[in-house]
Amino acid sequence: MTAQQKTTLKKLGPLLALAAVCIGLAFMSPNFLTVSNSFDVMRQVSINALIAFGMTLSILLGGIDLSVGSILAVSSVLAAMTMKGGHGAGLAVGIAILAGAGMGSLNGVVIAKGRVAPFIATLGMMTLLRGVALVLSNGSPISSFSSNFFAMLGGGYVARLIPVPVVLMLAMFAVFWFVLTRTVFGRHVYATGGNAEAAKLSGVNTNRVQLLAYTVSGAMAALAGVILTSRLDSAQPTAGAGYELDAITAVVLGGTSLAGGRGWIFGTLVGALLIGVLNNGLNLMGVSAFYQQVVKGSVILLAVLLDRGRRT
Amino acid sequence: MKVTMQGISKSFGPVRVLDGVDFSVAAGEIHALVGENGAGKSTLMKILSGAYSADSGSILIDGDAVTIRSTREAEALGIAIIHQELNMIPQLSVMDNLFLGREPNRFGVIERGRMRGESASWLSKVGAGQVDVNRTAETLSIGLQQLVEIAKALSLNTRVLIMDEPTASLTEREIGTLFGIMTDLKSRGVGIVYVSHRMEEIFKMCDKVSVLRDGHFVGEREVADTGFDEVVKMMVGRELKERFPKRETSLGPVRLKVYDLADEGNITGVHLEVHAGEVLGIAGLIGAGRSEILNTLFGVNRRTSGQVLLDGRLLSIKRPADAIAAGIGFVTEDRKSQGLVLGLSLRENVTLVHLGKYARGGIINRRAEDVAVKELMDELHIRARDAELEVKALSGGNQQKVVFAKWLAIPPKVLLLDEPTRGVDVGGKAEIYHTINCLAAAGTAIVMVSSELPEVLAMSDRILVMREGRQAAIFDAKAANQEQIMTAATQGLRAP
Repeated sequence: MTAQQKTTLKKLGPLLALAAVCIGLAFMSPNFLTVSNSFDVMRQVSINALIAFGMTLSILLGGIDLSVGSILAVSSVLAAMTMKGGHGAGLAVGIAILAGAGMGSLNGVVIAKGRVAPFIATLGMMTLLRGVALVLSNGSPISSFSSNFFAMLGGGYVARLIPVPVVLMLAMFAVFWFVLTRTVFGRHVYATGGNAEAAKLSGVNTNRVQLLAYTVSGAMAALAGVILTSRLDSAQPTAGAGYELDAITAVVLGGTSLAGGRGWIFGTLVGALLIGVLNNGLNLMGVSAFYQQVVKGSVILLAVLLDRGRRT
Repeated sequence: MKVTMQGISKSFGPVRVLDGVDFSVAAGEIHALVGENGAGKSTLMKILSGAYSADSGSILIDGDAVTIRSTREAEALGIAIIHQELNMIPQLSVMDNLFLGREPNRFGVIERGRMRGESASWLSKVGAGQVDVNRTAETLSIGLQQLVEIAKALSLNTRVLIMDEPTASLTEREIGTLFGIMTDLKSRGVGIVYVSHRMEEIFKMCDKVSVLRDGHFVGEREVADTGFDEVVKMMVGRELKERFPKRETSLGPVRLKVYDLADEGNITGVHLEVHAGEVLGIAGLIGAGRSEILNTLFGVNRRTSGQVLLDGRLLSIKRPADAIAAGIGFVTEDRKSQGLVLGLSLRENVTLVHLGKYARGGIINRRAEDVAVKELMDELHIRARDAELEVKALSGGNQQKVVFAKWLAIPPKVLLLDEPTRGVDVGGKAEIYHTINCLAAAGTAIVMVSSELPEVLAMSDRILVMREGRQAAIFDAKAANQEQIMTAATQGLRAP
């Protein structure tokens, strides 16, 4: 077996785990492996997956983005306020995503130019932006939007079968895949995360790479916020709290190293699906919410331990 | 005491790294263990010091078979190793490091007074009595850290001391101190195994030399009865035609011109002129400002005064990307932390500098990239199964060639080299010298910093000697010798 084949096999570990869980659930619950339930699971997964795609960039750089949940909330509130102000849904979505990118770039500036550790920088932003969301909305949800287009983003179907959020998730997955494997920016992300000093000495503008990565992470959180707001027909200033941890879980389950420089976006998609499938399966089997947490936590630890075992 | 290893074999998976190797070291002798990278030196020494266990073969101490299953057991038998990458905890104090894992204590409470006294006495035995035992290890120079490790080994009642590339990061003065201590240990009956690539040191310090090649024991010689050529031939298995390939210099016009260069306090008043096709060597002690010249030229360190002209054009270099854009390449001193992204593949490392060449609108054309990498691998004789291999898995020599390959494709008008053959074995060195000559022949202006004087003398056209941040002298390499250079590098310096 060549080294390359070995790495490929190693990389497929998360996929095998997902397949195993799916097969197990299919036997235990007849409702699990139906077309409608499959798309249901994927729709539930989509919000976490979109955030996790962005998170993959910051983690590949050896950083982290804890502010995604708060960015999601601020963007949601901004979108809702725009529509309540009598503007169209298109503008609302545009403003939300631009605002998300803007907040993300602020993270990027503090981290790249201010040389603040990503954990601390985004921790600060997480608290700060949660406050902004509460201030903007005056602490209460903004609900009921009249736009059909906006309702479609979270609740619509393509070809009457595939939920729109799932289409968005798969499209963004394709974009991230392409960017990380085929573009100069993607290569620079891996190089900067693997060895920032060597990358800089090779002429890579590592500051710009970081700035761009956190900007994208913010924009992805905002996109997730738009979908969530559409599904609930309501923007909550408290929305998204704790979402950063789900996203980090998905990234790590997918085999991306927290040390940076090593990982892939397919793993993140699989990681997010694995979490979603577990949630869904445990619900179908009627496991209590308390036990669900125990099971999920065990799966995470087991997955990471297995991964370490394969490495050594 | 005499330690004998007989018929030692060891495999990692399907790869047999040692095959029936014999080796012995006796009290009061300094025994060099040499071989190219990958010959099995480290594995053999890890077996002797308890980090690995052999698959077969035996270890005898004064004729009695012993088993060594851990570092602890080796230490109990009087065998200790000092690794090239020193094994200290930077944040702990000198004495905490000295007694790590065997702190004198009463009911778990450390007896600091006793520890302090014993540490100081062991340190004075290795000529480091002046070191404050409460200082943290990270505040000591590499040379002093090494002395602390030796003191630690002595405190363990070591009778056979293994030293792996001990001089790799030492200054000339520190090397002198180390050699003094080695001689002293030898006279007190300690046997020393000396693992090194530096032939000069082996012929100066060692009594015997054992050679390994591809996991086999090639032979043992009395240093007095052998010579450089024979040892190298034993190592590489063939006659190495020349240690330094011949080069014909044909100087073009001035490529790089530097006036009155200074950085933030390390160097001042540096003037250089390098012609196309010329190799300018920079010699001097560590800390004399040699690497700083390169770092300032490349935009790593901030330039506080002076001008840099390339082909008559004034450059304004503020960061490495500016230097690269102007056609300057930089093979850094530490390839693992500065030269390579170890977790990426050979291909990704090679094209990192000039990825834009194979991309359009930010999208990489993999076919063009693969072709370019293949060409560079062939040109530099990089021996790797394929370009997708992580560079981490390559030998030191091949890694260094990957670093060269990175810069070859710019193509460089000026190439800065900082210790270009450090940690590279003899065969790999010759290939790197050949590459340097080819680059010069193609009109590249080369500036090379090196601590190995024979290398500087053989490879350079002119040699700039730095001393305490200033240029001390400049020699024509053909007319210069090692003594002149060392004198220029040390003249007027206070004795250590």
